[in-house]
Amino acid sequence: MAETHSLQDLQQPAVSSKVFIQRDYSSGTICRFQTKFPSELESRLDKQQFEETIQTLNNLYAEAEKLGGKSYLEGCLACLTAYTIFLCMETHYEKVLKKIARYIKDQNEKIYAPRGLLLTDPIERGLRVVEVTIFEDRSIGSGR
Amino acid sequence: MHLGVSESMRECEYSQISTRSSTPMETPYKKRTPKKRKWEAFPGRNKFYCDGRIMMAKQTGVFYLTLVLILVTCGLFFTFDCPFLALQLTPIIPVIGGVLFLFVLGTLLRTSFSDPGVLPRATPDEAADLERQIDVANGGTGYRPPPRTKEVVINGQTVKLKYCFTCKIFRPPRASHCSLCDNCVERFDHHCPWVGNCVGRRNYRFFYMFILSLSFLTIFIFAFAITHIILLAVSHRSGFLNALKDSPASVLEVVVCFFSVWSIVGLSGFHTYLISSNQTTNEDIKGSWSSKRGKDNYNPYSHGNIFTNCCAALCGPLPPSLIDRRGFIQSDAPQLAPPTNGITMYGATQSQQSHM
Repeated sequence: MAETHSLQDLQQPAVSSKVFIQRDYSSGTICRFQTKFPSELESRLDKQQFEETIQTLNNLYAEAEKLGGKSYLEGCLACLTAYTIFLCMETHYEKVLKKIARYIKDQNEKIYAPRGLLLTDPIERGLRVVEVTIFEDRSIGSGR
Repeated sequence: MHLGVSESMRECEYSQISTRSSTPMETPYKKRTPKKRKWEAFPGRNKFYCDGRIMMAKQTGVFYLTLVLILVTCGLFFTFDCPFLALQLTPIIPVIGGVLFLFVLGTLLRTSFSDPGVLPRATPDEAADLERQIDVANGGTGYRPPPRTKEVVINGQTVKLKYCFTCKIFRPPRASHCSLCDNCVERFDHHCPWVGNCVGRRNYRFFYMFILSLSFLTIFIFAFAITHIILLAVSHRSGFLNALKDSPASVLEVVVCFFSVWSIVGLSGFHTYLISSNQTTNEDIKGSWSSKRGKDNYNPYSHGNIFTNCCAALCGPLPPSLIDRRGFIQSDAPQLAPPTNGITMYGATQSQQSHM
């Protein structure tokens, strides 16, 4: 019991708010997020860093959904094998999603966690939003 | 160091709730609830099989009818017509028939069993955030607000995004809410009772391959069943009616195929047109991009030429399922703390306090 009390004191920051970065549909149905810097993050983060993160994410999603020789080849091959090939092979999209997950983890470690923020991978929110969780200021004290 | 903080923050949330080192009174309470998979708590009206691997609509009666029709007709064809035709003409006929049949079955099952592109419903935090934004936009009048829409300009065309009251999200362009399945589906084409599922972004190509190959199969069986009857009539010189009596299976096949071929070939033709112009059935029926609506009305999603549209629809990258059916339901991620600080996240604390 004492253990949980001390854990709580040291590491459990309360979530003070969440910011949701919505999708940008101006280019159609492709996955893009708005790069507009939310006002709630102004005190915690540089506008440039934020925009860079979102822009990189947008580029990665564009790579996943790109129509090109490689994706067509994959599509045709899949059709010829009656789509059974996906039982043993990952689709190009899934590979890029893994890359995105790694990138977000990396960004969280390097940039966001030290500022008491947490990026949630959009795939966990159905690619609707990029959720940024803002922790209360006392969490910054425990991070170094 | 920072990694340590963020990782342990996350681990701490989960482990705090399920840890054994907390009060013994709390542990049995938490341990008894088995881990559920997300499909078991899915809010839409869908049926799941094979522990979440297979996903279908609620009403599947017509799908079984489709399956029975195909299996019975092909079964009769392979049993009664193929031996004769293989001997009289060429053994390639059953081979081609077999390949077509397997392709039809494969694409049908793939269409029926896969996730059409269902959009998961908004989390409570997201929904609250959107509501706040809408209230601000409406000026918080206190009257019942008008239907919520957002306008966005896509490739020069103004598109209205509608707010879905069930899923609590603004629907992406081309998405629509299926009232039968009670889900918002991306690039919603239509709900097909014959395949027992919605047809949307993720299974449209399988659906198209299904109706296309079924058209070929139907015409194939129709042609060769008639060939069988004619050959019987000619070779045995017993007359046409006797030939029909000799091979009743062929007659049944001809009848089934005759009535199916019009609708299936028609449907294939219609969907070929839709694919080449990059429209959905929904859009075509509503006339969203029809030039009758206005001189400047055009389809903003079309890639410009038929070839690219077809390639994009059929060979483009296959997006993953957004609903993660087989993932385990986790104890809630950090919820926004209510005014009484700390109670939401610390189930442990709460029960601890109540037990103490």
